[in-house]
Amino acid sequence: MSADPYVLRVNGRDHEVPDAHLGESLLWVLRERLGLPGSKNACEEGECGSCSVQVDGELVCSCLVLAASAVGREVITIEGLAPDGELADVQRAFVEAGAVQCGFCTPGLLMAVDTLLDADPSPDELTVREAISGNLCRCTGYGRILAAVEIAADLRREAS
Amino acid sequence: MTDTRVEAGTRPPRLGESAPRPDGTPKVAGSFAFSSDLWHDRMLWGGTLRSPHPSARIRSIDIGPAVALAGVHAVLTAADVPGSPTYGLEHSDQPVLASDVVRYEGEPVAVVAADHPATVRRALEAIVVDYEPTDPLVDPLQAEAADPIHPDGNLIRRIHLRHGDQGAVGEVQVEGTYEVGMQDQAFLGPESGLAVPAEDGGVDLFVATQWLHVDRDQVAACLGLEPERVRLTLAGVGGAFGAREDLSLHVHLCLLALHTGRPVKMVYSREESFHGHVHRHPARMWYRHHADRDGRLVRVEARLVLDGGAYASSSSAVIANATCFAAGPYRVPSADIDGAVVRTNNPPCGAMRGFGAVQTCFAHEAQMDRLADALGMDPVELRRRNVLATGDRLVTGQVIVGTAPVAEVLDACAEHPSAAALAADPMSLPGGAGRTADAGHVRRGEAVALGFKNLLFSEGFDDSSAAVCRIEDGVATVTCACAEVGQGFVTLAQQIAREVLGVSEVLLAPAETATVGSAGSTSASRQTWMSGGAVQAACEEVRHRLLRRVAESYGVDVDELVLADDRVVSLGGDFEADLTAVTTVPVEAEVEFHHAPTQPLDEDGQGDAHVSFAFAAHRAIVDVDPDLGLVKVVELTTSQDVGRVLNPLQAVGQLEGGAAQGVGLAVMEEVQVQDGRIRNASFTDYLIPTALDMPPVEVAALIEQPEPGAPFGAKGIGEPPSISSTAAVVAAIRHATGLDLERAPVRPADIALAEARP
Repeated sequence: MSADPYVLRVNGRDHEVPDAHLGESLLWVLRERLGLPGSKNACEEGECGSCSVQVDGELVCSCLVLAASAVGREVITIEGLAPDGELADVQRAFVEAGAVQCGFCTPGLLMAVDTLLDADPSPDELTVREAISGNLCRCTGYGRILAAVEIAADLRREAS
Repeated sequence: MTDTRVEAGTRPPRLGESAPRPDGTPKVAGSFAFSSDLWHDRMLWGGTLRSPHPSARIRSIDIGPAVALAGVHAVLTAADVPGSPTYGLEHSDQPVLASDVVRYEGEPVAVVAADHPATVRRALEAIVVDYEPTDPLVDPLQAEAADPIHPDGNLIRRIHLRHGDQGAVGEVQVEGTYEVGMQDQAFLGPESGLAVPAEDGGVDLFVATQWLHVDRDQVAACLGLEPERVRLTLAGVGGAFGAREDLSLHVHLCLLALHTGRPVKMVYSREESFHGHVHRHPARMWYRHHADRDGRLVRVEARLVLDGGAYASSSSAVIANATCFAAGPYRVPSADIDGAVVRTNNPPCGAMRGFGAVQTCFAHEAQMDRLADALGMDPVELRRRNVLATGDRLVTGQVIVGTAPVAEVLDACAEHPSAAALAADPMSLPGGAGRTADAGHVRRGEAVALGFKNLLFSEGFDDSSAAVCRIEDGVATVTCACAEVGQGFVTLAQQIAREVLGVSEVLLAPAETATVGSAGSTSASRQTWMSGGAVQAACEEVRHRLLRRVAESYGVDVDELVLADDRVVSLGGDFEADLTAVTTVPVEAEVEFHHAPTQPLDEDGQGDAHVSFAFAAHRAIVDVDPDLGLVKVVELTTSQDVGRVLNPLQAVGQLEGGAAQGVGLAVMEEVQVQDGRIRNASFTDYLIPTALDMPPVEVAALIEQPEPGAPFGAKGIGEPPSISSTAAVVAAIRHATGLDLERAPVRPADIALAEARP
């Protein structure tokens, strides 16, 4: 069942994926083949957003995307959000605002917020709520997450 | 847990300040290892075969076709369990693997280890089980009269609480029958773990759990091993909320690892998670309240039936809470409350945040509103006239000796100004993006609810937590088996150590069974008090020993010495030493911390069964679209009795997060069980609040009255946010619609069909 090897470009680096079954999701390949477990698996049907990554800048649930369909595209995961090894603005904001409790939803939420702020540097509250409504969080009730998005938006505007 | 050093030159946050989580950075970086991220080069994958029937006899199990598959390393059934065939938190009544009968849909029957998850799936499909389905017992009201579905019988526990003058009658009486559906904890991180066989014939289990040591004891008994040969280490926990207090895959993983001699990893799917852990008990509750014309409560009568499902889990403690707190945080001189939890072929129920108090709060608060209506009195005023205070007696006969600022909590919440505006954007109306609501039809409602529960374990349970503190080269290390499940104990442990030892750098050792005694469960809002108390006591003992040693070495009066800012200094100013210099030889202490003892309930449900109580109020403002029966919760306001705030940011996180679970139970969350089968075991069909569903949560007040006997005066804060929030939201919907709405969650049909009736 395994296909020819293919190459995935993830976080700015090319990864050869040998011996993979073509039906494997991007989430599976990231977590189990490329050693990038930061993207989480909580529902496997695109409802919770814990597995969110960016493919060519677009936010996707990696559990619903075939890995092989991402060949030739730029995949960014939570591990690549801050390429220089420091924390990115959204990551710093989440820590500072108390937006992290158990942390399982956090990587997916960070990818969603990063995507939002790239598209809209000054989103109003309803826009933020809608943008993260595909990311379930069971710990926080979203209050500190909304506060973190405000901080992150400020940081990004200051930096630009 | 995570080792985090505070950056040099910054003053580390102490108690009472919003110290950042030590695990915050790895969690945002994606490098924090959750239990589902564990990996071992030689590992196999495990899987579980579950019963498709809620009730059946097993005629035979043929594992042959599964064993024959390439890549399959083990297929195990009940016959392969070497020790106790059953386990359980309070009663050992749940089979590790079913042998002769299955009692609920999803009950584990066999487990498999194979080289790949796909092979595991094929192997599970290849196992042939010959079931003879039998009629399931699914109505909890019929359970006591029905034939027993388990050798232990169908009544798990009954408490018939009688308090005060049983002939008391109130001039005004109101009656109601209420129902609460089955709620799922719906933590994001599914059950998962990795078991590694050890050279001594034992096993190391890395698992997400709430209570390492009680897991260890249950696992060891089932494996037939001495507890020392079963070592548990806490793996990263993706939320818990009660659902990880019972064993799930623990014994299965260890059996497979010991059988194959290989590490074995298992991760439940979301669907399997719905079948693989206990839920919040569904409840049927009849109430009659008696009051005088001035609105003073005279007597409360109640009949409570909780559906425990197929196995006991923590049901007997849940019904104790439901019964003890059935009358709410009010002075009630006379009570007759019969609480029963029964066994059925429905999914097993057990611990969930609020633990029995959530269900009865929904009922007693509806009754208080009904009583206010009968009296023509403002519902907040009615509550004000009846709230408990220190020195008052509960319906269990116990006198509250600790703090009970119920009036303060109520008034702070009810009088807090509302910021809720009318929805300007159709997205913010009920139905949201569907844009189904006719703005002119939308009705707004508002209501307040009060709730309370016990902190820590009750009824004479010997509750303790152990911690080790060690200081060496100026760095403190704290070891405690307290399960960090997201609540932020790791932050508090560092804050406490810094407070007591005046030290900047505090490391946290991994939580595991091999290095320290039990910390007890991360439940019952108990870890700030119990493990916080253990860490405090261990650090204080280290401080005491260290200062005595310094005093002896340098000839200084020990009573003159203090630890502050990484230095030992004398109050007189004539001695000063760097902490690093005086701790090259380490100082270490281990302490076991206990709370004040409690008593069992007597045959009338009377006794000093609880240590302490915490109170909260919620005010909900809702918009209702009566045409479609859809609800938008517009605003929640809360106030809570917290004793003392140790970390304001984390405290707010608990209040907001707990309220979100209450909103879910009020308007959307229910495990739908039909003929014993779960119909909605997915996040597509079991809805939890999203960021569009959750309103802002206004914290009107954190009432700080230090609790005597509690370390730093702090009460646990995790559960009260989930207790009165559901009651407040449903009461606000009643206010908006004028409907009785005696059931939570409120379903669209409950509103729209009632509205459509002529």
